[in-house]
Amino acid sequence: MNLDSKIPEGPLKDKWTNHKNNIRLVNPANKRNIDVIVVGTGLAGGSAAATLAELGYNVKAFCYQDSPRRAHSIAAQGGINAAKNYQGDGDSIYRLFYDTVKGGDYRSREANVYRLAEVSANIIDQCVAQGVPFARDYGGLLDNRSFGGVLVSRTFYAKGQTGQQLLLGAYSAMNRQIAKGKIKMYNRHEMLDVVKIDGKARGIIARNLVSGEIERHSAHAVVVASGGYGNVFFLSTNAMGSNVTAAWKIHKNGAFFANPCYTQIHPTCIPVHGTQQSKLTLMSESLRNDGRIWVPKKLEDAKAVREGRLKPTDIKEEDRDYYLERRYPSFGNLVPRDVASRAAKERCDAGFGVVNNDTNEGVFLDFKSAIQRYGKEEAHIKGIKNASAEEITKLGEKVIESKYGNLFDMYQQITAENPYKTPMKIYPAVHYTMGGVWVDYNLMTTVPGLYAIGEANFSDHGANRLGASALMQGLADGYFVLPYTIGDYLADDIRTGAIPTDTPEFEQAEKEVRETLEKFVNNNGNHSVDYFHKKLGRIMWDKVGMARTAEGLKEAIKEIAELREEFWKDVRVPGSIDEMNQELEKAGRVADFLELGELFARDALEREESCGGHFREEYQSEEGEAERRDEQFAYVAAYEYTGKPSEAIMHKEELNFENVELKTRSYK
Amino acid sequence: MSTSKGMNLTLKIWRQKNANAKGQIETYQLSDVSPDSSFLEMLDMLNDKLINEGNSPVAFDHDCREGICGACSLHINGEPHGPGRRITTCQLHMRSFKDGDTIYIEPFRAKAFPVIKDLVVDRESFDRIQHAGGYVSVNTSGNTVDANAIPVDKESADKAFDAATCIGCGACVAACKNASASLFVAAKVSQYALLPQGQIEAKNRVLNMVKQAEEEGFGPCSNTGACEVECPKGISLENIARMNREFFSASLK
Repeated sequence: MNLDSKIPEGPLKDKWTNHKNNIRLVNPANKRNIDVIVVGTGLAGGSAAATLAELGYNVKAFCYQDSPRRAHSIAAQGGINAAKNYQGDGDSIYRLFYDTVKGGDYRSREANVYRLAEVSANIIDQCVAQGVPFARDYGGLLDNRSFGGVLVSRTFYAKGQTGQQLLLGAYSAMNRQIAKGKIKMYNRHEMLDVVKIDGKARGIIARNLVSGEIERHSAHAVVVASGGYGNVFFLSTNAMGSNVTAAWKIHKNGAFFANPCYTQIHPTCIPVHGTQQSKLTLMSESLRNDGRIWVPKKLEDAKAVREGRLKPTDIKEEDRDYYLERRYPSFGNLVPRDVASRAAKERCDAGFGVVNNDTNEGVFLDFKSAIQRYGKEEAHIKGIKNASAEEITKLGEKVIESKYGNLFDMYQQITAENPYKTPMKIYPAVHYTMGGVWVDYNLMTTVPGLYAIGEANFSDHGANRLGASALMQGLADGYFVLPYTIGDYLADDIRTGAIPTDTPEFEQAEKEVRETLEKFVNNNGNHSVDYFHKKLGRIMWDKVGMARTAEGLKEAIKEIAELREEFWKDVRVPGSIDEMNQELEKAGRVADFLELGELFARDALEREESCGGHFREEYQSEEGEAERRDEQFAYVAAYEYTGKPSEAIMHKEELNFENVELKTRSYK
Repeated sequence: MSTSKGMNLTLKIWRQKNANAKGQIETYQLSDVSPDSSFLEMLDMLNDKLINEGNSPVAFDHDCREGICGACSLHINGEPHGPGRRITTCQLHMRSFKDGDTIYIEPFRAKAFPVIKDLVVDRESFDRIQHAGGYVSVNTSGNTVDANAIPVDKESADKAFDAATCIGCGACVAACKNASASLFVAAKVSQYALLPQGQIEAKNRVLNMVKQAEEEGFGPCSNTGACEVECPKGISLENIARMNREFFSASLK
């Protein structure tokens, strides 16, 4: 099969406009006869469901949570990018496009990224019109902040709860359509398979998580907006329920899976506390605007800090290594996420880690300088002459509190340490997956009528996503891209009529789903689902994590396959399938992670270069910077399922860069 | 963050097989709980133990485990989200308890939140209140005015934001002796009432949302303020006053 990305002809800046002008539309009367299934109700799924319903399609939306408002987009903290140039600091659509392509280490599609930058400004207009309460300045206009990897302030925010406010905006748009009967909402439902008829996606099999009932749902098109697969690592910043199942099931049914190894390890998370840990908590990247990252210069100091014999605040300025400022003077603490994460790992591997856990993994994020700086500024504004050191600290802490108060509270709640008085301890954690289901310019997968949007697809972030760009992509796909492009496909379905569910295809898919579920509850093995999930996570983190080697990856492929076999033999799932059964839900998700993990490692093995979030130890410069190999690897690896995950057939989509010059990414 | 000595606990947990079954409190012993663990990680440990012993694990709602999705909903020692202020259950850590403690864990209780299983309750009544008016009727075409075309004074914008931080967990209802949803409804009504974008539909919104809350079986507000105390996001009672003003003026036409 030949991969056709369907990128429109013409100059970059005209592609989307021309494409919109040329694709087919469905007239409003006919839309009423067309059904669309949307799986997932985060920013991408929620905004798509609302917009498709508003256009007139009959939407059936599914989420595993008890309400669409709980999708994990809600947890995004820092902000959303848009090329508004409200600050007059030189921002433009081109700059946002350029920063995103460069930030993604030249492994994304130019045309998709440009479109994303182009529609970004509209997202802010839309959200404000919906009543999203973004932060404003005293003049009543919208405020901006800066994020990693860029030199302008283009990030719009609502304190540390930007994702929440944007998701509630999309949820409100959904509610309007639910009230009109245009969206039928299926809460506490999980998609367990896609149903294809004559090669086209025509429905899904879903399990009602309350009654356990297995249901058939048909539609003319299916949109998967089920988020990322970071939980393959067991510990991540994802929600406990975040999973790859919908994306993986469609992969097994013909949708290619692209660049699975591109995973974002976020530099500022709260370090692991111990073996009972169930998830990791992110501290927003916005903290790097004011926080300085460091470790002790002397190994003995690091050791003394870990053992509790030395307080970080007692380490003198000259004995601190602000390693990001040292290595990357021009971007300093605001280097992109992949660079910051690897630098932390490098210091900790060298023995300078400051946290007393299994691996000593942790570095300081220190606000002392910022508190002093803001304190002096405030004293000046308030006309306080000869302010005492105490006064300055107090004033400075107030400013920091107004900017990051909720994050500081969250930190203190989890660690029982006061970050105003002692530096935060942070360490990288799995956060976002740039890889995902392969889609063309229309966001359609390799299965006709099957779409993937938001984090679930692979399309816009290349090998590394810039901060505050996930929210932008989710809403761009859902509000402004998919609703146009899906019409081009559905134009053929205006006379199709409702898709019946009493067909052999639905019957077969339902049968297979039921058999798998029954197998779980009748297995009577010796270990819980979590036991296997934790083991998988360990393999992934150790061998497919921040630094990868050919040898380690080969071991990982083997170990994951063995673990999967053990899982199917020995997993214990209590209860039955016809009731609420949370262990059964987890079992299905972990079964899919155990397959995905193997493909993930295979992809990392194939990609013999270092780019973005993918770092192969064999490919680095003498200074330890990532080394891309554009000649051989400037392509998207899209995998076709054949049975054993690591034996999938790899298809290459060559990436052509006509508008940016490929450079070694430098943040020095 | 070091793992200090584990704690031994007695857990008294509400078990109920399904919506129609009669529930009861069961007692469990759990040992070696790290004080650095979160409350839900403690329940994970219990469930792992129950599964290994061939028993049925305790069902409870949870997802983000960082206090923002609003899924977790436990009544712990008689308080929604347990001891501690301005936190959800998932943000509660075991260092808030002592070795040897007995902890009572029940679902949120309200007529409009029927139990589905064990500690899981049905909160779709909250969604239905939002369907009744929790939105601004604007198309999602993106073809609106520029985001900076209508300035909003910072104070109103900040207050709207504070109201909008409601996570829809239902602690306010569980804390209220009347099982009133007033704080929840008021948070959404206030968010929109404070912003110019929400003004146009303000009257119908407050009337419809309040009516829906009544129909769902939530009780009346008697201003005891228990909701504000237990709200993990610190949503202020001022919002209820604002909703009442909005409701009153909308009723007068």
